[in-house]
Amino acid sequence: MTAMALPTGNQGMNVAPATAGAVNDVATKAVNQNVDNTTVETKAEAVVQQNKKPWGSRVTEMMKSVIKAVVPPIFGLGLLVGIWALISIKGGSIPGPVPVFKQAVVLFSDPFYSNGPNDQGIGWNILSSLQRVGIGFGLAAIIGIPLGFLLGRFKFMNSMFDPLISLLRPVSPLAWLPIGLLVFKQADPAATWTIFICSIWPMIINTAVGVQRVPQDYMNVARVLNLSEWKIATKILLPSVLPYMLTGIRLSIGTAWLVIVAAEMLTGGVGIGFWVWDEWNNLKVENIIIAIFVIGIVGLMLEQALLFIAKRFTYE
Amino acid sequence: MNTSANSGAKNIVQIEKAGMSFDTKNGRFIALRDIDLNISEGEFVSLIGHSGCGKSTLLNLIAGLTLPTDGVLLCDGREIGGPGPERAVVFQNHSLLPWMTCHENVYLAVERVFGTKERKSKLKERVDAALAMVHMDHAAQKYPHEISGGMKQRIGIARAFAMEPKILLMDEPFGALDALTRASLQDELNGVMAKTGATVVMVTHDVDEAVLLSDRIVMMTNGPAATIGEILEVNLPRPRDRLALAHDPVFAEKRAALLDFLYKKQLKKAA
Ligand SMILES: Nc1ncnc2c1ncn2[C@@H]1O[C@H](COP(=O)(O)OP(=O)(O)O)[C@@H](O)[C@H]1O
Ligand SMILES: [Mg+2]
Repeated sequence: MTAMALPTGNQGMNVAPATAGAVNDVATKAVNQNVDNTTVETKAEAVVQQNKKPWGSRVTEMMKSVIKAVVPPIFGLGLLVGIWALISIKGGSIPGPVPVFKQAVVLFSDPFYSNGPNDQGIGWNILSSLQRVGIGFGLAAIIGIPLGFLLGRFKFMNSMFDPLISLLRPVSPLAWLPIGLLVFKQADPAATWTIFICSIWPMIINTAVGVQRVPQDYMNVARVLNLSEWKIATKILLPSVLPYMLTGIRLSIGTAWLVIVAAEMLTGGVGIGFWVWDEWNNLKVENIIIAIFVIGIVGLMLEQALLFIAKRFTYE
Repeated sequence: MNTSANSGAKNIVQIEKAGMSFDTKNGRFIALRDIDLNISEGEFVSLIGHSGCGKSTLLNLIAGLTLPTDGVLLCDGREIGGPGPERAVVFQNHSLLPWMTCHENVYLAVERVFGTKERKSKLKERVDAALAMVHMDHAAQKYPHEISGGMKQRIGIARAFAMEPKILLMDEPFGALDALTRASLQDELNGVMAKTGATVVMVTHDVDEAVLLSDRIVMMTNGPAATIGEILEVNLPRPRDRLALAHDPVFAEKRAALLDFLYKKQLKKAA
């Protein structure tokens, strides 16, 4: 009930400056203001009363919407677990949900142990995969976003780079792994390089498209004001391209997370992809299934985090 | 045809034999031809005509946003080669930048025009003054999506006036507003005009608005290849009061002349 009292307090605060301003006015006006003030207060009370009455029904309504939002996904997950359980009963070699869950409890009770480079906790594996994605992706952003700006802003650059991008973009990022191994002579930077290559295309393309789609109205404002190229970039292009850029980043992160698992399977070392491969060699199928869930959940969280950021930077 | 209002005042805009054609998929489209018009300093000129006749095209030519394919346009004796802050534009859809507050939107313009000569505090004062002029000081820290359409249009006007332009160009500035909001903005504009004595070119399709605000009304023929049909002088005394004018015979006569042109001489076949 304390929460219900809040609207009245707010209303009162909103009214205060208006009355203060009227103090200088003629007496009659001040009286009017008082009248206004009371009407506002009664209005506020009315709001409170409105909220009061259907309090019980509001709770049930909230419950209903929660149920609506929660129940279907639970059914979906239930279906998945059910099919999985069925397959595990019939198939034999695939462990069912119960042993996998038990193994997951064991794994996550100590995620950050370290017995040498080839036997580390699942936490370390996830973190080192994320680190590779972060570095490769960050480098791709540093190069891809400015390049996208240039391509979107200058026709010549666009025509120059368009055939290159069209040619290189459809190539599977894993095809670049040998080149990375050749150049860097090490597994770790080679995997990062693969991430870099797969992240950079969506970043360039989305940024360029965003720049080209800056509403003509905004560009006309820039032209009438005769803004410098720097002001145009920072005050008009960047804010209006940001949503497109974030879409590019989201796509990039998605692909990067797909690719890192595959790349690590090939390069070895520490990482969730390598871990999957290692557990396959040990024939620990429970761990492979756990890894599948972990990869899915981390990917989902990355996506959601970026969606959240994108929402904050979308105007109107 | 006499293209100048009072030959005594200095011509700030001169348009000579200007024409505009666009290259389209179906070949060359002639939008405007043979536009001759002089606008003198401090004058309020309206462009009126049916939709699609080329009013915006003509305004964009004066703004320098597009360049003419024929003829020449001069501003202050110099050829218009592109847009510039001395010709401020109030766009039909306000065109405020949504990621900036109202204050910041106006500041961007003020900074561009006066930033090299004045200190930051002085620039801020200019912004505050412009917002106060259109009675929007209370919304300075609001974002465009937080205010109504009429308020946005006011900010757009404040932004244009804050630049202290030689000429103010307005493309149907009140077109998207309801009648009451439009009336109050027209009155406000009249007040601002009286204070600043600015030169204004305004596109409108509203007959009453044209007569209420203008010194001269340029009536355009239907496109394609539209040109100036007639020019109507509105020598009603200022300040003008919309309530008094409602019963003024001169006002009624000017209004009738406009309607006559638009709905008899240039009647547009229903498309
Ligand atoms: N960039 C353009 N390319 C081709 N045709 C155009 C372009 N701009 C305007 N037009 C044409 O010129 C004519 C006049 O347009 P406009 O000036 O917008 O009319 P108004 O503002 O009077 O409604 C229209 O027929 C329109 O289709
Ligand atoms: Mg138009």
